[in-house]
Amino acid sequence: MDISTILQQIFNGLQLGSIYALIALGYTMVYGIVRLINFAHGDFYMIGAYASYGLFFAIGTLVASSFSGPTAAIILFIIILLGSMISGGTIALLANQFAYKPLRNKPRLSSLITAIGVSMFLEYFLSALPVVGPSYRGFPELIKKTTYNFGPAIVSNFVLLDLGVAAILMIFLTVLVRYTKIGKAMRAVSQDKDAAKLMGINIESVIATTFLIGGSFAGVAGLLAGLTYPRIYPYMGILPGLKAFIAAVLGGIGNIPGAVLGSYIMGIAETFATAVNSLIGEGIAFAILIVVLLFRPQGLLGEKVADKI
Amino acid sequence: MKRNLRILLFTLAILLVIGLIFSGCKKEATEIVIGGVGPVSGEAATFGQSTKEGCELAVEEWNAAGGLLGKNIKLIYQDDKGDPTEAATVWTKLITQDKVVAIVGTVMSKCSLAGAPISQQYKVPMISPTSTNPKVTEVGDYIFRACFIDPFQGTVGAKFAYENLKARKAACIFDVGNDYTKGLAEFFRDKFTELGGTIVAFEAHPTGTTDFKAQLTKIIAAKPDVIYISDYYNDVGLIAKQARELGFNGPLVGGDGWDSPDLVKIGGTAVENGYFTNHFSKDDPRPIVQEFVKKYQAKFGKVPDALAALAYDAMQIMLDAIKRAGSTDPEKIKKALAETNINVVSGLITFDKNRNPIKSAVIIAIKNGQQVYQATVNP
Repeated sequence: MDISTILQQIFNGLQLGSIYALIALGYTMVYGIVRLINFAHGDFYMIGAYASYGLFFAIGTLVASSFSGPTAAIILFIIILLGSMISGGTIALLANQFAYKPLRNKPRLSSLITAIGVSMFLEYFLSALPVVGPSYRGFPELIKKTTYNFGPAIVSNFVLLDLGVAAILMIFLTVLVRYTKIGKAMRAVSQDKDAAKLMGINIESVIATTFLIGGSFAGVAGLLAGLTYPRIYPYMGILPGLKAFIAAVLGGIGNIPGAVLGSYIMGIAETFATAVNSLIGEGIAFAILIVVLLFRPQGLLGEKVADKI
Repeated sequence: MKRNLRILLFTLAILLVIGLIFSGCKKEATEIVIGGVGPVSGEAATFGQSTKEGCELAVEEWNAAGGLLGKNIKLIYQDDKGDPTEAATVWTKLITQDKVVAIVGTVMSKCSLAGAPISQQYKVPMISPTSTNPKVTEVGDYIFRACFIDPFQGTVGAKFAYENLKARKAACIFDVGNDYTKGLAEFFRDKFTELGGTIVAFEAHPTGTTDFKAQLTKIIAAKPDVIYISDYYNDVGLIAKQARELGFNGPLVGGDGWDSPDLVKIGGTAVENGYFTNHFSKDDPRPIVQEFVKKYQAKFGKVPDALAALAYDAMQIMLDAIKRAGSTDPEKIKKALAETNINVVSGLITFDKNRNPIKSAVIIAIKNGQQVYQATVNP
């Protein structure tokens, strides 16, 4: 591998890592606060992609005819961005309300299995729905793809967009959790639910907010994934969801910068391993994960927490 | 009560006698019965409908031209619903009750694999129009097929890339979890190397992935003249887009997995300068193809697809063999089938020792988002 190929592969890894990061952020936040591994998170991402797709065909021509030139494209993109966030957030809220909330004080395994159930329900329900259907769909080109040359490497504006959005969301979440009132409440709930309740915190509304934010992040991730890899189908959330979960564990589950770090490590490791040998590439990437976790079971940035007795 | 029972028994006896008389008549009828099988309903209903129409058209033409061995041809077409169990049932029915001379069917490999052992057991020659799994004809010496098997497309693709596109360096990308795409890539590699070309990269990708950039960066760094993508249309669209983004402007080549209107929907302009091998193109200028398209359109009011063409061919091959055999003796039909040398819609057909056809493939190009007939390539 010469230097220009290596540079190109780093950018490829960053792009893949950004998509993982967008999903992993919601994953890790929900886990950090509710202590629930929400396996349906990958499907909120799928919902976001389908909502963007539907919105584009519902209002695309209307917006294009009401505004002219680049304004139309920008307005359309903003509407679709909001739409993907709202749809992802709403589905997450509904899942919390109907599936997770009734099991809040039951053994944790019950809610874990319920999460898998929610995930499968969303996948199969959408496949059965005639307007969605089980087949692949091409995602519309909302933004024109342009490529830039970074030295010998070629980078598209999508890579920059994915990187930028992942960074903005990470900073937003960190600030939210560390410096705001709701963030303080979230941290309190995550440390000790009962004590938080005694302090007058409405736990359920904090948890609902957490799901709303996590779900809307997944929705944005779905939109960006649709733009970057323009093919969507109801099962598109399974594999990225699983890898994002692994990335979150690698970075230290519950830790927000850790999720982003883990995602980029996963993305770059996968890319380079595949470049060396495409037959066993993914195997190598996961072997790295096992080795890291052997030495740091709490993840790269995770804190060692003594077991509560 | 007792009287009623006696009347019932009497009626049954009379019906039985009438039935015997009629079934006796049937045996002496001056017609040759051919069985047809296809998934007319179920998940692959359009495939079954097309094959049924292809068979009907062929039989109609033969009957109009005086029939077969001086007798009228009768086609009994059965629905296997795309289900192997159902296929076995209709196969047994056709052979034991309808006493068919031969069977033309069926579409899906899994169903043909259910029917083939029955044909072999009762020694009723069978030809599948579109089952591409190599195992189908391996069942026995009474089983033939009218389509080429999957790996053959890799060979034709390599020949097209080397001779028509003048490529000397090629790269392959394929789905490691799918025998179809893997087989195509391997046969492409072998033929391309044999012709004198070099395979500069041979890259796999996992099933269900959306990011192919790691493999494509490696491929493009090796500077190939052409990239062979043996995947199905939905992966091809993504691979083509990412390859173009990384700066590859050369031709892309693939197999019949590309044949879908969704290819252009997903791939957009990235699949321009793309070529794929297929069984049949309605734009093929050969007179036999154009005549078939015209007759099919006149009868069914639509443009024939590859399945209709292959079913039409399969029926032609079978009827031609019976004609040359000069009788409906299965042994003789089998021998005549093996010696087939006939010019049909999908090309000039002869059979190899595994009863797979040796014939040409058509190359279809993607131009301005449309499928355009490009060339016919002989193996």
